[in-house]
Amino acid sequence: MSGVMIVNRRDFLKGTFSVGTFILFARFLPRAVLDALAVENAWYPGVFLGIEPDGTIIIVAHRSEMGSGIRTALPMVVADELDADWTRIKVEQAPGDPKFGDQNTDGSKSMRDFYEPMRTVGATARLMLERAAAVKWGVPVGQCQARNHRIVHSDGRSVGFGELVSLAAKQPVPDVKELRYKSPNEFKYVGHGVPMVDLTDICTGKAIFGIDASVPGMVYASIERSPVLGGKLISYDDREAIKVKGVIRILVLEPSAEPYGFQPLGGVAVIADSTWSALEARRKLKVLWEPGENKGFESKAFKESLLATVRQPQKVVRNIGDVDAEFAKGGKAIEAEYYVPHLAHASMEPPAAVAEYKNGKVTAWAAVQDPQTAQNEIAKALGIDKKLITCHVTLLGGGFGRKSKPDYIVEAALLSKKVGMPVKIFWSREDDIRHDYFHTVAALYMKATVDAKGRPTAWLQRCAFPPIGSTFDSTARYAGDGEMAQGWVDVPFDLANLRAENGPAKNHVRIGWLRSVSNIYHTFAVQSFVDELAAAAGRDRIEFFLDLLGSPRTIDFTKEGTVNPNYGKPFDLYPWETGRLRHVVEVVAEQSGWAKIKPGKGRALGFAAHRSFLTYVAVVVDLRIDGRGKITIPRVDVAVDAGRVIHPDIVKSQFEGAAVFATSLALMGNITAANGQIQQSNFHDYPVARITEAPFKTYVHLIASEGRPAGVGEPGVPPIAPAIANALFAATGVRIRALPITPDKILAAKKEKA
Amino acid sequence: MKKISFKVNGSSHTFDGDPQMPLLWYLRDVLQLTGTKYGCGIGFCGACTVHVNGEATRSCVTTVQSVEGKDIVTIEGLSAHGDHPVQEAWEECAVPQCGYCQGGQIMQAAALLKEKPKPTDNEIDDAMQGNICRCGTYQRIRQGVKVASGRKS
Repeated sequence: MSGVMIVNRRDFLKGTFSVGTFILFARFLPRAVLDALAVENAWYPGVFLGIEPDGTIIIVAHRSEMGSGIRTALPMVVADELDADWTRIKVEQAPGDPKFGDQNTDGSKSMRDFYEPMRTVGATARLMLERAAAVKWGVPVGQCQARNHRIVHSDGRSVGFGELVSLAAKQPVPDVKELRYKSPNEFKYVGHGVPMVDLTDICTGKAIFGIDASVPGMVYASIERSPVLGGKLISYDDREAIKVKGVIRILVLEPSAEPYGFQPLGGVAVIADSTWSALEARRKLKVLWEPGENKGFESKAFKESLLATVRQPQKVVRNIGDVDAEFAKGGKAIEAEYYVPHLAHASMEPPAAVAEYKNGKVTAWAAVQDPQTAQNEIAKALGIDKKLITCHVTLLGGGFGRKSKPDYIVEAALLSKKVGMPVKIFWSREDDIRHDYFHTVAALYMKATVDAKGRPTAWLQRCAFPPIGSTFDSTARYAGDGEMAQGWVDVPFDLANLRAENGPAKNHVRIGWLRSVSNIYHTFAVQSFVDELAAAAGRDRIEFFLDLLGSPRTIDFTKEGTVNPNYGKPFDLYPWETGRLRHVVEVVAEQSGWAKIKPGKGRALGFAAHRSFLTYVAVVVDLRIDGRGKITIPRVDVAVDAGRVIHPDIVKSQFEGAAVFATSLALMGNITAANGQIQQSNFHDYPVARITEAPFKTYVHLIASEGRPAGVGEPGVPPIAPAIANALFAATGVRIRALPITPDKILAAKKEKA
Repeated sequence: MKKISFKVNGSSHTFDGDPQMPLLWYLRDVLQLTGTKYGCGIGFCGACTVHVNGEATRSCVTTVQSVEGKDIVTIEGLSAHGDHPVQEAWEECAVPQCGYCQGGQIMQAAALLKEKPKPTDNEIDDAMQGNICRCGTYQRIRQGVKVASGRKS
C-alpha cells in the first residue's frame, strides 16, 4: 500500500539543472531585491529564475497556493518584465527556506510585498540577456531589445533567450539603477492575466494537495485529542482498536504545554496501513480525559460576560475630542450591542501533511501557508536544527488562515520519529472543526449622541474578545495592535468626538486568524450602527455614510496619537484616503441601482463599505426574505479600489468567493461550546453556503488605478455581513445584532416587533 | 475472505480487504487515485463524487462491497485527455480557485448533463447543491455547466 512520491521532486530546486543553465541566484540580484525579500543569507544562492539552453524558463513560486492565484500571478509578473513567452514558463514551488525571503502566505500581502521585487528579477534577467546579445553581435546594447522570448536587434535579426544563456551568465549583474522597467502600456500579462498554472491538473484530478502527498513505506495516522482544550489523558483502552486489520501501533502523543502556539495538542494516535483502518481503530478506542480548567466554557454564559465587559468603561485605544463631555450634555442618544460568535475555517481540505524522520533529518510535504514556520516548529518539537528540516509545499485545498499554523505537520514529524516510518497525518472533518484555531468570539457596544440631522456629536465604540495573542501567551487578554487596526481604531468618520475602547477577555479555545480576521466583527458592528443611525435620522444610508466620511482627506493617525500598523505598510506609501472610499461607494451606488430600487415587500438593498488590507471596498446586497425567514441573495455588487490590479479575473474571483465566504458567516456560521467542548463537528451542524444559499451572482467593479497594489484575498469579506443585516432591516424593520442571522432569530424578532 | 470485483476507469480490480471500507479510501489509499477527495466522510460535501454505473455517487459513504460488479469512473478517468466538455468549460470559465472540490463538482456536473443536456438554473442548482465549494466558485460553476451544456462529450 505504498505510493510514489510525486510532489516537489523537480531537479531545479535541488541545484542539478542542465549544464549551461542561466540562473538568477540571489547573489546575482540587485541589493534592492534582497532587501525587499529580507533575505537572511545573501551569499546563499536563492534561485528565483532560471533559463535552460532550450529556452525553457523556470520561475520559482515562493508563496503558497490556496486559491488566490498567487502561484500564477507572481511568476506572471516576472515573465512580463522579462518579455518571456508564458507558454514556455515552468513554475516550480519553493520549499521553506529563508533564502526566498518571507513565505508566510497570509494577510493578503503577497502581491503588495513582491510585485516590485519580482519585476526587478525579470528586468535584471532581461538586461543581462540584452547585453549578451550585444556581445554576440558586437553592437551597442541600446540596439538590442527583448521581445517575446527573443532578443531582437533594430536591424531585424534576433536570437532566442535559450541560445544566450551561457553568454548572459557571464554578464555583470546590473545595478538596479541601470534597469529599465516596462511602462504600463507595454505590459502584456500584467493587467490582463494568464490561465492559472494548475488549472488543467485541477480539472483532471492530477493536482497534488497535502492530503495527496505520498512516499514509499508511508503509514497513516489519526489522533484522538482531548475534547476540552488542555484536558489531560487519564487512561485509554485499545484492546478492541488494536484488533482492527491494518493497525500497526497505538501510542500516546504527548501534549505540548500552554501556551500551545503551533505545537500539537497531543492525544492517542492510531497508526495504520490505510486511512480507513486508522479511523476504524480510533472509533474503537476508549479514552478517559480529565477535562481541566476549560471545562466550564459555555458559549451562552461567555456571551453574557463579554457583553457585561463592553457595558463598562475599558482601555482607550483611540481618542478624538471629549466624548464624555458631549454625552453629558444630554440630547438624543442611540446605543446598540452586537455579537459575533466563534467561527471555524473549514477549508475543504482539512489540515494535511506527510513527514519522514530519517537519519536525524525531517522531510515534510504539507499543505501549508508558511513552510518556514513549519521548519521552526518541527525543530522545536524534535530538538534538532531547523537546517535539518525540509518542508515542501503542496497545493492547499483552501487555507483561510488555518494552514499558517503548522501543528499538524509537527504531529506527523513527531509520529514519524516514534514509529520509524513516514507518516501521513489525517485530520477528519470532525477533528478540523472541533480542534480548530477558532476565529474569536466578540461583543461590541456602540453609542452616539446625534444632532438635529442625526449626525453623531459624539461616538463611542467598545469591544471585547479573546485575542489571538492568547495562543502564544496564556496571560494575554487585550487585543493586539494589529487586531485593533482592523476596523476599530481606523474608523474613518469625520467626527469631533470619537473614542474607541477594548476590554479584556480570556480564551478557552485556541484562537487564530480567519480570512479578514478582526475586520469581521468590527465592521459588522460599525457598519450596522451607521445604518441604525441613518434609519433613526430617516436619511438615505449611502448619503448618510458619505456625510460621516466627510470631504476627501488623508487621515493622519500618528498626529492623533493612534497606534495603527496599517497592515504592515507605512502611511506614506499606503495613506488612508477617504476620497478613495467615497469613490467606491459612489461606484457601487451607481452600479447596483441604489437610487432606483426602493424597499418593497420582502426585498431591499443593503449597503456597507470598508477599507481593509489597504483596499477600499463598497458593497450593495440585494436581499429577498420569505415568510419563513429564509434569506436569498440574488445579487451582490462590489466596487473595489485595490490599486494596480495585476490579474483582473483572479481578483474578481477572489471577491466573488469572499461574498460567498461572508454569506456563510453572516447566515449560518456558529461555533459554540458546552462543558468546554465544541458542539459542532461537520457540515451538518456547521453549515457553509451551498450553491442554493450563496449570492446568485456577484458583480465586481474594479476601479482602474496605477496606485500600489493592495490586498485582494480578504477585503471582500468584512462588508458583506453588515450589508446583509442592513438589507434585512430595510426589508422588514427587523434588526439582527448577533450573528448568524438565522430564520429563527428573524421570526422571533418579527414576533417581538408585532 | 470473498473477493470483490469491479472496474475502475475501465480496468478490472479485485479487493479482499474489509468489505466495509468506503470506496473513497480504496481509490485514494489503495489505487492512489487521489483526484477523488475527502471532505466530510458523511456524504455532505460532494468532494468525493465519482460515477458508479454512470450515476454521481458519494464514494465516502459507498462501501467497496456495494460496488461489486459495477463500473466506477473517477475524475482521472472522465476523459482520455482532459477534454470532457465539462472539463473544457471549467478551464474556459476559470472556475477553480483552490481546486480541491472541483473534481467532485466536475463529476457531478458531468452526470447532470448526461441526464439533462440543457439544464435550467434551477436544475443546475438542484443537481449541484450537494457539492460544497468553500472558496465560493458557485457562479462560475453554474456558468461552466451552461457553457458545457451545448457540447458533445
